[in-house]
Amino acid sequence: MDMISKSLTDNTPTKPIEKIVSKPVAAEIIQELENKSALYTYAAADKGKVKVKIKLSEDKIAKIHEICEAFNNEAGELINVLHQTQHTFGYLPAEVQEVIAHRLNVSTAHVYGVVTFYSYFTMTPKGRFPISICTGTACYVRGAEKVLEEFKKQLGINVGQTSADGKFSLSCLRCVGACGLAPVILVGEKVYGRVSPEGVKAILDNYTDK
Amino acid sequence: MEMIKLTIDKKTVEVEKGTTILKAARKIGIDIPTLCHFEMCDMHIENKPGGCRICVVDVEGRKNLAPSCATEAQDGMVINTHNIRVLNARRTVLKLIISDHPFDCLVCSKSGNCELQNMATKFGIRDIPYQGEKSTYRKDTSPSIIRDIDKCIMCRRCEMMCNEVQTVGALSAVNRGFMSVVAPAFEMDLEKSPCTYCGQCVSVCPTGALTEVDHSNDVLRALSDKRKTVIVQTAPAVRAALGEEFGLEPGTSVTGKMAAALRRLGFDFVFDTDFAADLTIMEEGAELLDRLGKFLKGDENVKLPMLTSCCPGWVNFFEHNFPDLLDVPSTAKSPQQMFGAIAKTYFADKIGVDRKDLVVVSVMPCLAKKYECQRDEFKVNGNPDVDFSISTRELAHFIKQANIDFMELPDEDFDNPLGESTGASVIFGNTGGVIEAACRTAYELHTGKTLEKVDFHALRGMEGIRSATIDFDGLPLNIGIAHGLAHARTLLDEVRAGKSKYHAIEIMACPGGCIGGGGQPFHFGNSEILMKRAASIYNEDASKTIRKSHENPQIIKLYDEFLGKPLGHKSHELLHTHYFDKSDEVNIHHD
Repeated sequence: MDMISKSLTDNTPTKPIEKIVSKPVAAEIIQELENKSALYTYAAADKGKVKVKIKLSEDKIAKIHEICEAFNNEAGELINVLHQTQHTFGYLPAEVQEVIAHRLNVSTAHVYGVVTFYSYFTMTPKGRFPISICTGTACYVRGAEKVLEEFKKQLGINVGQTSADGKFSLSCLRCVGACGLAPVILVGEKVYGRVSPEGVKAILDNYTDK
Repeated sequence: MEMIKLTIDKKTVEVEKGTTILKAARKIGIDIPTLCHFEMCDMHIENKPGGCRICVVDVEGRKNLAPSCATEAQDGMVINTHNIRVLNARRTVLKLIISDHPFDCLVCSKSGNCELQNMATKFGIRDIPYQGEKSTYRKDTSPSIIRDIDKCIMCRRCEMMCNEVQTVGALSAVNRGFMSVVAPAFEMDLEKSPCTYCGQCVSVCPTGALTEVDHSNDVLRALSDKRKTVIVQTAPAVRAALGEEFGLEPGTSVTGKMAAALRRLGFDFVFDTDFAADLTIMEEGAELLDRLGKFLKGDENVKLPMLTSCCPGWVNFFEHNFPDLLDVPSTAKSPQQMFGAIAKTYFADKIGVDRKDLVVVSVMPCLAKKYECQRDEFKVNGNPDVDFSISTRELAHFIKQANIDFMELPDEDFDNPLGESTGASVIFGNTGGVIEAACRTAYELHTGKTLEKVDFHALRGMEGIRSATIDFDGLPLNIGIAHGLAHARTLLDEVRAGKSKYHAIEIMACPGGCIGGGGQPFHFGNSEILMKRAASIYNEDASKTIRKSHENPQIIKLYDEFLGKPLGHKSHELLHTHYFDKSDEVNIHHD
């Protein structure tokens, strides 16, 4: 039995996942964006002396540049760049998109278009343990909605929101390809199958900040 | 080249392999209706997202209907473009599109020119059986353009224009499914985006989702105010297109009728932007010769090429995208603004009217002009040099509202002094025209000889980027021309890289130049209309007795009485401007 199917059939929560997105990065960015006075300039790629002012610290800009560089600053690699950046930063705030646009030489509107098209990309920081409820057909008919309601109740948040302590966020998705185990939910990259409303609390209890 | 044969509505047609069914049909006069597809073939402009599904046709042997704009014609295909299956599908699609459209045609500014409305008429849509949620999106008003996205049908023509033809990148399709809209980054206001207000999005929008800010009521109010002296200037390209709004054949010049109509509308003086175009040439030509002379003497502080600066969309574009090259364009103001500056000083003094009581109205083929005349540097103590700018379309509405029978109007002349113009100024409306006019004057000033052949055919045409070398009596002057901002960007990138071979470059933001401006009568993608407008402009030039700007007697008088000499102290004060780095204004605003 391979890893994924093992994790799917194994309903007893295993050891808590330590870190899904690095906690400090998203928080740091939020802080940087709130600090209105901090403006850093950086040179846009291939644009001569044009300097762009942006409300991000130099190391974050350098990190984005590094990611873009890894994909040869190619406009066609935009989706990969966004994936990698979100993986690194936890989310894709406007400023980050702006830097990516300049770097890949595409319009910011285009980057924003791609970010808003794919539900995977997010402009609001997700919790450290993002929870996704599958509401695809199979999961839906087997009670996904009730499971979702229970998560909402337990966490006190709605779909698309993040708990006040930044720990959990809640979203819905359509099908993870494990319909046989419906209803299915994900916490970070870990998949839980045959979830019942009663089992929700036990799942949440696995995730403690340490 | 491989040719294929197919049958469309029982007619046989032979086309090149790779041609779409839509184009094959159009070749034999079968005009399959479309809402999203848009093409200006002579300009290499095409939008075919295959999104609206209006253009579906029945292909024999194929299970489903085929979108003709996105389906390649195959050898031996038998196609029916109007059987019951096709027509029912089109009606259903149309009804679905309309079911999420505000029913406000009676008060929509696009009414009469709306392709969706025309389509509904054509298909006899009498009821909308589909009821459901409707899109609601805030209305976004900028100085030039209004976005009313509830009327958007997601044809994405504007997106194609903004990104491919203009490389402005202000607009993109954002969000998904029912929520999808065309919007600037982060759905901020157009005013905060890199939009140049070129208005090409407006000129291709099939519905009323993108329209211009209408100032004709402000003009009407000014005309009704007895304390005000209201004067009007008309841009060169307006006279070549205004007639279309009254059913005249494209390319019919209506200069005389237009002047007559403006007089009947109640303007106290009917003047011409062409006068200011001649003035622009005096200043810009002198600047070119000055820069060229210094450059040839090895002055390292002088930069070449010099770029023209008449086009406000273009000025917005380089202020946003090329802030490192702000010293490259000519400092000469655009003709619209030169006119305003002279009208509110020289002319106001002449008639003894305070500038506050003098209202200057411009009629422009352009939407960026609306923004340009509101720029702070073109105001004196808050009073703008040009008060209102209305488009060719707005003028046509205005004339119709005033019960003026345009067709019956006699040809009348412009008033003096600001109505006198030469052939050089009228060609400002065409791509290549400004630089041709500049060459006519610069040649004579530089060489001291008379230019015998004033027609520079090498500078004319519709290719996106053109170049020519003009012999200035032994000095070969390299001229570059670009129209459409993508082409402008190419030339600007060369300048930035230090690889430009040109001494002077003319740039116009709109394809075709001002004749294809965002404020002109809608051409619905028919590029032949642009060609006819261009020809009409060149004809008007050829019909003039004076065809060089520096020979305009009123211009000579203006310098004698008031300005002194080109690039002189007064000229600098009134006729020249400077540019601003606006690259940061594109950034995200948090407040």
